Amino acid sequence: MTTVLEQQTTGLAAGESEQEVTRKVAIICSKGSLDMAYPGLIMANAARMMGMDATIFFTFWGMDIINKKKVDHLHAGLLGNPSSPMPHSIMGLPGMEALATKMMVKKMEELDIPPVSELLEILDDAGAELYACQLAMEMFNLSTDDLVPQVKESITAMDFWEKAEGAQIVFI
Amino acid sequence: MTTELLAGLNIELDAEGFLVNADQWTPEIAEEIARRSGIEPLTDRHWTVIDFCRKDAADQGTPPTIRRITKNTDVSTKEIYQLFPKGPGILASRIAGLTKPKGCI
Repeated sequence: MTTVLEQQTTGLAAGESEQEVTRKVAIICSKGSLDMAYPGLIMANAARMMGMDATIFFTFWGMDIINKKKVDHLHAGLLGNPSSPMPHSIMGLPGMEALATKMMVKKMEELDIPPVSELLEILDDAGAELYACQLAMEMFNLSTDDLVPQVKESITAMDFWEKAEGAQIVFI
Repeated sequence: MTTELLAGLNIELDAEGFLVNADQWTPEIAEEIARRSGIEPLTDRHWTVIDFCRKDAADQGTPPTIRRITKNTDVSTKEIYQLFPKGPGILASRIAGLTKPKGCI
């Protein structure tokens, strides 16, 4: 009887030690410009590609990334950006931001980086979890119908921390 | 770098489990690496991915990214994650005897 018990215990311990801990990342996307949308989405996708769990929480201007009407029209944020390739006096002229956005999108296409809406589909298919900020939804008068279908649900800040337990946090 | 006995042969693997010498790869070694990564057995669908990876790496000189695999085979993003649940970005290349893919997408 004792022997059997010991064997069972040993077996269990061996099984437990073989269990791998899955790395986990939780990314907060709080900005809605093209150059702030891609980093979070690509980092989350890369995490999934190597078997990590990935959660993305969209809040404030980051809501634009998951807003059906805006997702395909995100702009490159070059005004107020010290890395802007052109002087602000020129960047502020009508049509300049649209031109800069167009150039950035073209370069992305050349590098075979999918448009943001397609990247959201890839993330969903890859098993990443996408959540909208409940408070931001209320602030911008958004309903679930306004959001891309890949968003699982809208959650509170406290819900986010529960889902992010054990994860490495990235704020963008 | 370690030397491991895979499918009856002494095979050199790097720290991340990729084959050091690509010429040593055989389908039996692929089965063994897959088994160690929790995939057993390799199905026809796994082989669709592995065969494409090997062919594309030979053509391009670098292993394909997941986006390239899903765009050039009938395997969808959803399916490739079902086939290689612990990370298709790493596993498909490792099982195919290639190096770690360099792309980000």
